[in-house]
Amino acid sequence: MTVQDQATGIPPLDTVANAAATPEHEQPYAALGLRDEEYARIREILGRRPTDAELAMYSVMWSEHCSYKSSKVHLRRFGETTTDEMRRHLLAGIGENAGVIDVGDGWAVTFKIESHNHPSYVEPHQGAATGVGGIVRDIMAMGARPVAVMDGLRVGPLDAPDTARVLPGVVSGVGFYGNCLGLPNLGGEVVFDPTYAGNPLVNALCVGVLRVEDLHLAFASGVGNKIVLFGARTGLDGIGGVSVLASETFGEGGEGAGRRKLPSVQVGDPFAEKVLIECCLELYRAGLVVGIQDLGGAGLSCATSELASAGDGGMEIDLDQVHLRATGMTPAEILSSESQERMCAVVTPENVDAFMAVCERWDVTARVIGEVTDGEHLRIRSAGEVVVDVPPRTVAHDGPVYSRPYARPDSQDALQASTTAGLARPGTPAELAEQIVALASSPQLASRAWVTEQYDRYVRGNTAAATPADAGVLRLDESSDRGIALAIDCNARFCLLDPREGARLALAESVRNVASSGARPVAVSDCLNFGSPEDPAVMWQFAEAVDGLAQACAELGIPVTGGNVSFYNQTATTAILPTPVVGVLGLVDDVHRAVPHGFGAPGDAVWLLGETADELDGSAWAGVVHDHLGGRPPRCDLAVEARLAGVMADGAARDLFSGAHDLSDGGLAQALVECAVDSRIGAAVTLPPGELDPAAALFSESAARMLVSVPAGAEADLARLCVEVGQPAARLGEVGGDVLAIAGVDPLDVAELVIAHAATLPSVLDA
Amino acid sequence: MTARIGVITFPGTLDDVDAARAVRYAGAEAVSLWHRDTDLQGVDAVVVPGGFSYGDYLRAGAIAARSPVMGPVVDAARRGMPVLGICNGFQILCEAGLLPGALVRNTGLRFICREIRLRVEADTAWTSGFEVGSAITVPLKSGEGRFVADAETLDRLEGEGRVVFRYAEPAPNGALRDIAGVCSTDGRVVGLMPHPEHAIDPLTGPGADGLGLFTSVLGRLTAAA
Amino acid sequence: MARVIVDVLPKAEILDPQGQAVARAMGRLGVSGVADVRQGKHFVLEVDDSVDDAELERIAETLLANPVMEEWIVRRERNGQS
Repeated sequence: MTVQDQATGIPPLDTVANAAATPEHEQPYAALGLRDEEYARIREILGRRPTDAELAMYSVMWSEHCSYKSSKVHLRRFGETTTDEMRRHLLAGIGENAGVIDVGDGWAVTFKIESHNHPSYVEPHQGAATGVGGIVRDIMAMGARPVAVMDGLRVGPLDAPDTARVLPGVVSGVGFYGNCLGLPNLGGEVVFDPTYAGNPLVNALCVGVLRVEDLHLAFASGVGNKIVLFGARTGLDGIGGVSVLASETFGEGGEGAGRRKLPSVQVGDPFAEKVLIECCLELYRAGLVVGIQDLGGAGLSCATSELASAGDGGMEIDLDQVHLRATGMTPAEILSSESQERMCAVVTPENVDAFMAVCERWDVTARVIGEVTDGEHLRIRSAGEVVVDVPPRTVAHDGPVYSRPYARPDSQDALQASTTAGLARPGTPAELAEQIVALASSPQLASRAWVTEQYDRYVRGNTAAATPADAGVLRLDESSDRGIALAIDCNARFCLLDPREGARLALAESVRNVASSGARPVAVSDCLNFGSPEDPAVMWQFAEAVDGLAQACAELGIPVTGGNVSFYNQTATTAILPTPVVGVLGLVDDVHRAVPHGFGAPGDAVWLLGETADELDGSAWAGVVHDHLGGRPPRCDLAVEARLAGVMADGAARDLFSGAHDLSDGGLAQALVECAVDSRIGAAVTLPPGELDPAAALFSESAARMLVSVPAGAEADLARLCVEVGQPAARLGEVGGDVLAIAGVDPLDVAELVIAHAATLPSVLDA
Repeated sequence: MTARIGVITFPGTLDDVDAARAVRYAGAEAVSLWHRDTDLQGVDAVVVPGGFSYGDYLRAGAIAARSPVMGPVVDAARRGMPVLGICNGFQILCEAGLLPGALVRNTGLRFICREIRLRVEADTAWTSGFEVGSAITVPLKSGEGRFVADAETLDRLEGEGRVVFRYAEPAPNGALRDIAGVCSTDGRVVGLMPHPEHAIDPLTGPGADGLGLFTSVLGRLTAAA
Repeated sequence: MARVIVDVLPKAEILDPQGQAVARAMGRLGVSGVADVRQGKHFVLEVDDSVDDAELERIAETLLANPVMEEWIVRRERNGQS
């Protein structure tokens, strides 16, 4: 049946009628990533074999990446633990393109993190760029104007050969796309670890702002309404890419259902996306859109089946109307194409002309490619023949669901037993100073300016704080002082030691970062990066992390509004560190009152909020000084974390703080160094009172701690506030001078710290 | 009467909202101009803002410089209307022939975003409110911000006092003679790579030094009226 | 010594935003009849006799072009080997 046309090399059209007539025809479902029973299920659904085009649609939509088949049973935990009280401000949650939170005054905020890991390994620049493009379109599809991005990057060791290819490429890609789009980059993370060599993680976050009444959801309702495909033309980009890319085998791939060997890389055009953003916003303002969906992974397969199944159920599409960039594309190729910068809208017939006029104004190509029908059929034609006729829900939502076996690995006991108790600790003032500088200049903790100076943070003029601040702070609207704060975090070393506790700690740190600005945390988005779900030990890490995160969100009363799962981040049998990246959104009542990052003015007092225990397992100190990873992560008490966040918000509202910085990697020592370096001023401090030895006091990574600067007149108020709520607090000293003077430690010259902190990344990446 | 200052939007322009905000903060009315416009709606001055017009494909600013709106802008500028080009706007004014020189890729081959100190070296329509020799701090954010011209042109610009802004530290983008901004012979068309419109409010920028460019031109327009 | 020209272009299937932008600008400038533009890079190498065609091919493939998304043509301008 697939005898190729001798002249063109193009296979004849595999129509539905043809499929019904040739049940014995063998199809390459295994090469498309489908298992025997999955293929059998498709035949059962259709009552015949699928056409080539249908097979392409099912295979991509039932892939791990699109169907969440291995994670679904666990992700239900997020829904189960979210109470109605937590949902109170949610206008849209998990299952939509992105969660939407009502923030008051008629404003809403939508945000989401998504991974683009494997593409960023294959082609770092384009992979990272299209990762940013994809998440921005998710935000646009909610009816919002995208207003900022952040990114969490994880790569192999700084001096590993492939890091020199991957990191600069990824950074230039993130910068190129975000800068060209005019979205300020507020910061994020850059983490080095050997497990990310060959498995870099590129997690991109986008946040958007909308008026509540402009909320748009992806559904195709209203029989007779038109389906408009607009934006870039459809070409041979990433055909079959989603299935192949989400597969553990990194082979050449890209063959998909197509006949030719096609590139699996997608090229991003941020200029086209910028124009598409403005075009979409004008369409929304004019009220011309009933429903909208972005085209990302799985392209039209995903957009048509999801729109149809979320609406009235039926849809007719004519592929001959799709504006193509390449000639001779088969229906399967058009449906699987992952060409970037495209959107799909549902428009009432009377508004089609007005819709087209707006697209014309922005030079955006738009075509009516079909319409909403009644019934349960998604019917797609090519050259007048029906090539797809499927119940859309079976493609978009009724994919396979697996309860993969999971088991705590035997090695976990040994890992947790290998604590830091036996490691030599520094004791003399000179040793302590030397290790403080060693940490501050280590790849793990050195300045990220080499990365973040490649990102525009100013554009749109609403950025009140960006990296190296713990949280990005953004003014929502010029006419009000209302703002938002955002942070993304994950300490994956802690997650390896205890995935459940590590996930809780990731949430705690992200909340703390947002709280450092005085913002009140209100919502969570996550990006769960793990190894192969077919490995029971990895699946155990995943299950533990999800359950831990879901329960932690319930304890804090803030909902997970959406997110993304990325599996198969592993090389042979070595999986990445379990990396559940957690993004937290906070609300700021008055951006002018947001607490600045770092130290305050000379003479301001330095206070440490929170209690320090001897918790060095998994710490940066253990990693940098002793190359050690073992034991148990710090304790995580979210009630204590919430109390600290409350003190920060209340204190900020009363102007009690002139500076703040959370304590995390590197403990108190690193927090003091970063405050001094970022504010270019010294301080004279003692170590917090207690029984701890100086190394523990300086390098312990106990949670729920914050270093704050307090103007002289505000100290009594802060003390009173802390007593009222039972917040442990200690006055350590004062800001001032050009030396960081820590009692019991040799003095550290701030100018020298600045150089040591700044030099590490350039010394390798510019070499 | 409130001065009316046009702010052009090309496809891919990004800092138009910021330029318009700076115009408003300075006390003037911001008038949106579209790249397809062939009429400047009677504005008193024009700001060509930053961004990546037409994606900056081909060369930065090259396609925008040949778009419909630039015809009347060039004509008006030749008759003395004040024009300010910021970043991509500077590149566009150079490509349009209103300013000498060109902007090429930074010597480090990377985009640079940081706050930077500039020395004001000339009294022009857009800098009359500053003391010559004073320093201002504004953000620089560009990948193709390295000002280049042949030695003769550079000598002439310096000789005629047409270097308006110079980096107060070695130019991070490798700009020749640390030049950050230049002007036309009549001092009414000014282009610079750094972004004064992002330094109009300490909340969102390094301070408010940049506002001086917008209040300067207002002073000139009012004086002329 | 020989002069070698290496032209690198985005593969035909790969989106070329730069070429598209230039093609559109031509339309706005009133130039018609240009169906497509692809923008690439042009390298001029001065090489001595120790560099053979295989070596040039290697240079093009591993350094000058990104085989994931670009194609290239190597040609010698002098010395008669093209």
